[in-house]
Amino acid sequence: MGRLFAVVVSVIALVSAAIFAFHVWWLPPDISTHGVRIDRQMNETMVVAGALFVLGQLALAVFVWRFSASETRAVKSFPGGPTPLVVLATVLVGIEILVLTFVGSKVWADVYQTPPAPGSLQVEVLGEQFAFYFRYAGADGKFGAMHPELMSDATENFFGLDPANDTTARDDIVVGSLVIPVNQPVELRMHAKDVNHSFYVPELRIQQDFVPGLVIPLHFTATTPGKYELVCTQLCGLGHYNMRAFVEVKPRADFDQWLKEKAAAL
Amino acid sequence: MTHGVATGHARPQSFLRRHVFSVDHKVIGRQYLDLALVAVVTGMVLSWIMRFHLGWPETPVPGLGKLAPTGAAGGVITPEFYLALMTMHGTIMVFFVLTTAPFAGFGNFFLPIHVGAEDMAFPRINMTSFWVTLLALLVLLSAFFVGDGPPLSGWTAYAPLSAVGKDAGPGQGVGQTLWAVSIAIFCIAQLLGSLNFIATTLDLRTRGMSLARLPFATWAWFITSVIGLVAFAVLMPACILLILDRVAGTSFFIPAGLVISDRLQPHAGGSPLLWQHLFWFFGHPEVYIAILPGFGIVSQILPVFARKPLLGPRVFITCLIAIAFLSYTVWGHHMFLSGMNPLSATLFSVPTLVITIPATIITLLWIGTLYGGRLRFTSASLFALGFVSVFVSGGISGFFLAQPSTDIYLHGTYFVVAHFHFVMGVAAMFGIFAGTYFWFPKMFGRMMNETLGKWHFWLTFIGVYCVFMPMHYLGLAGNVRRYSAFTDDYLQPLIPLHRFITVAALFTGAVQLIFLFNLIRSRVRGPKAPDNPWEATTLEWSTSSPPPHDNFGGRQPVVSHGPNEYGGAGPRDYVMQADPQ
Repeated sequence: MGRLFAVVVSVIALVSAAIFAFHVWWLPPDISTHGVRIDRQMNETMVVAGALFVLGQLALAVFVWRFSASETRAVKSFPGGPTPLVVLATVLVGIEILVLTFVGSKVWADVYQTPPAPGSLQVEVLGEQFAFYFRYAGADGKFGAMHPELMSDATENFFGLDPANDTTARDDIVVGSLVIPVNQPVELRMHAKDVNHSFYVPELRIQQDFVPGLVIPLHFTATTPGKYELVCTQLCGLGHYNMRAFVEVKPRADFDQWLKEKAAAL
Repeated sequence: MTHGVATGHARPQSFLRRHVFSVDHKVIGRQYLDLALVAVVTGMVLSWIMRFHLGWPETPVPGLGKLAPTGAAGGVITPEFYLALMTMHGTIMVFFVLTTAPFAGFGNFFLPIHVGAEDMAFPRINMTSFWVTLLALLVLLSAFFVGDGPPLSGWTAYAPLSAVGKDAGPGQGVGQTLWAVSIAIFCIAQLLGSLNFIATTLDLRTRGMSLARLPFATWAWFITSVIGLVAFAVLMPACILLILDRVAGTSFFIPAGLVISDRLQPHAGGSPLLWQHLFWFFGHPEVYIAILPGFGIVSQILPVFARKPLLGPRVFITCLIAIAFLSYTVWGHHMFLSGMNPLSATLFSVPTLVITIPATIITLLWIGTLYGGRLRFTSASLFALGFVSVFVSGGISGFFLAQPSTDIYLHGTYFVVAHFHFVMGVAAMFGIFAGTYFWFPKMFGRMMNETLGKWHFWLTFIGVYCVFMPMHYLGLAGNVRRYSAFTDDYLQPLIPLHRFITVAALFTGAVQLIFLFNLIRSRVRGPKAPDNPWEATTLEWSTSSPPPHDNFGGRQPVVSHGPNEYGGAGPRDYVMQADPQ
């Protein structure tokens, strides 16, 4: 029975680890400037955590195999008592924690604790049940103020703008996809209209909650043109599974052209 | 040294006082376990329906159309019904199974016996705790029968989705209120129960039962009680504030200017993050409330079946205490991306990673205990060994989620689902199974069937790995959680993996019928159990199976030994705690 246990545990550990190691399922290619460091952190964590996983399971398997019942043999205690294990765990895991924290907190700070680059493209984002809307400032470079009492899906005034009285709102461009130029820093300002939502684009290696009552800044730079899915990852109600939009990363000229067309259509 | 005091309640005569409204901790412990059994079957059936739907979203679930004509007309479940099932699954499992069975259930039955007492310190309060827990469960389940059905905001009930009422969706009306009321009631039961456990451990220990001689399971229940006393004392007011937001027009969790269903909400001044802070201040310690009793059970079981003492008993207890303290400093790791100050993410990350040190030490102590032992394989010891394996698997993925930088990608994906199901769901369930096979003879005076028990172990062990390991892969591929269907293009290639998981989950669920059958059959027809079938040392094995009403038949046990004296020379290789000096 001990040998069976040892074999089953070993097979489970090795097969599970191999699927990770060979990237059978893995992250989609990264298209952001900061993502490469997140991926490196992920890989390093995978190596150390994977080693601990396999070692832990195999140690369990080996000990169970080796020390199955035999009524004749006297029991032996672990050489040196618990102290070597305490030292081993503290040193091994301690070093791992120090390294991961030291490197990882820099990666984190890089995304979340640095100001956006000067000259970033400003886009306002609204999360609502169950859609995302995006707003560009238009020719005047200014966003019109948001008035919750004017927000209405029926009249398609998603941001609650008041163009009749607010001149800065008149040229605001509101669309259902996030269109951004390649290699241009982008700063989002995220508003929740109703409940919590989240902004998750796996390829962009970015995720951030929308919180009602807060305006949350988020910045990134996309490096590869293409069309990527943006999904909501914070449970927001019955249509949560269907709350998605697209991020379209365009070459600079295409983006300018797109923006011009949108402005002309106002 | 404190001494056990006779609680002095005589064995009652009427059926009702003996089996229903009993103040006997053993009856109450069994009642808790029965309640958890009903809850776990309910929670598991809900998960089957969810898994079936995720694998085959368009295929009707046979018979479901009749059971839930609105949520699943024709057997195909609606998105809101999926979320309702998910919310109820999580809530039932976390509160009424993982908290109730290993802590309140086994703890009630064995903690007083372990310390050599006749009963809990406050038997009537103990009875109250159970009936209040049952009331909480009934209130929760009643959400299935109200107009718009159960709530759909998940077991975490994030505000303002949970706070604004029915504008936010079906189930967010009466169903969500029932949820909040149920959890507030549950907190009362847990607070009373924790106080009782603490008082009993500290004040009712028999002659010679020093703290150092407490069995490991009782240490774990004691520390769990301390954690619970603080955690539920925060969740209860949080739920009351949520109820007030919902029914009294307050705005603790609702800011101004929310427009829901095209209606400007009449609230201002509240903070959605406040709910998250209060909830997770409870929620993370709750993970340890679910798993620490498992630590205790495994630490008690492994030495019995390895026939040698647990390695480093004082280190083990020190680590338990360290985990208890650290558990209060880590809640923010659930909120890295919540919009709180990003600097605090780093601060919450460090203690989260540090908590892996005591957890790793404990794991190594278990593995080190096996070294040089003479392992006996029973259903109980197999589940204890399986616990070590699944705990390692679940703990390791914590490294990814504890770091804000990798959490950016993995937060909100199936990676998280895999992590907490392994570490708090599966591991805690393995602790419950190990405890059941181990203590069943003592609780019911009959042995369980070992052959069925071993089949149950092997199929469950392989099954849970097939269910939960692939969820890590889904998470790495960016598969988001809490979706009732995968309509996104990039998720389409992952559907075959979802189907594999569904088949594995249905299989593993079906395997539990073996356990259920064994449980029921052994209760009636199992062979008579001797007093000490496993050759163990702690006090419960010094009394008859099942123990008499006052636990020790009119005498007060005197303890002269620790709980860990295994591996001696001679035909009897262990010394019982109640053995003379």
